[in-house]
Amino acid sequence: MNAEMISEWIAGGFILLGTVLTLLSGVGLIRLPDVYTRSHAASKSTTLGVLFILLGAFMFFWIDEGYFSIRLLLGIFFVFLTAPVAGHIICRAAYRSNVKLADRTVRDDLKKYMKAE
Amino acid sequence: MSYQIILNMILALTWMFLTTSATGSSFIIGYLLGAIILYLFRRFFDTPFYLRKVVAVIQLLLIFIKELFIANFDVFKTILRPKLELTPGIFTYETSLKKDWQITLLANMITLTPGTLVMDISPDNKTLYIHALNVGEIDEMTDGIRNSFERVIKEVSE
Repeated sequence: MNAEMISEWIAGGFILLGTVLTLLSGVGLIRLPDVYTRSHAASKSTTLGVLFILLGAFMFFWIDEGYFSIRLLLGIFFVFLTAPVAGHIICRAAYRSNVKLADRTVRDDLKKYMKAE
Repeated sequence: MSYQIILNMILALTWMFLTTSATGSSFIIGYLLGAIILYLFRRFFDTPFYLRKVVAVIQLLLIFIKELFIANFDVFKTILRPKLELTPGIFTYETSLKKDWQITLLANMITLTPGTLVMDISPDNKTLYIHALNVGEIDEMTDGIRNSFERVIKEVSE
């Protein structure tokens, strides 16, 4: 097994892991009960999935073709910077427009604060 | 802190002029020598030696990646169970961080570690309202956030 094949295996493993993570978060998106819990699955697991896919592509082009793509690294950085903010904003907007929490929700500390406001 | 970095770069440039070689490697040698000089003269600055902060930033990154993997694994275990066992809820978290960028960083990190999601921040920047997938062990989660993220963010900005 030469170096090229090993690099292909590593990159392939990363990309496969990324796609599995994305698929699992898609399953979570369908199965979870309300906006807030769904936004958990949508905003984070996909971020990790995209991270792995981009990392796999980056490793492949770096080791296999000797091309160091700084744009892929920047892409990872930007996704990590913006995805949590998007999740936060969607949840905040949903709560402020009185979207109901799931029935099984145990406690809600934010309610008191919103009433007092 | 940025003042010390600029000073270190000026020292590296001075080293390049002294050796009359304008190459990247002589810049790196000059930078390392300048870092040693700044370390020896650290008591003349009003902020601590800056490489300590760099180490703290790297530590923060490593803790973050570790938490990200552990927590993602936990959420997948929850999602893939045949019968969903969720107890979602919103709990409050009192933070002792003061500056805006620190709180933004903390909120982003809390949001990116699955199981928790920041819903709102009170106007006086003291309380974070966090939505959790399983609120069963709130004290544990609060302690986890306080000991891992908040401590290291404080170390970065001491």
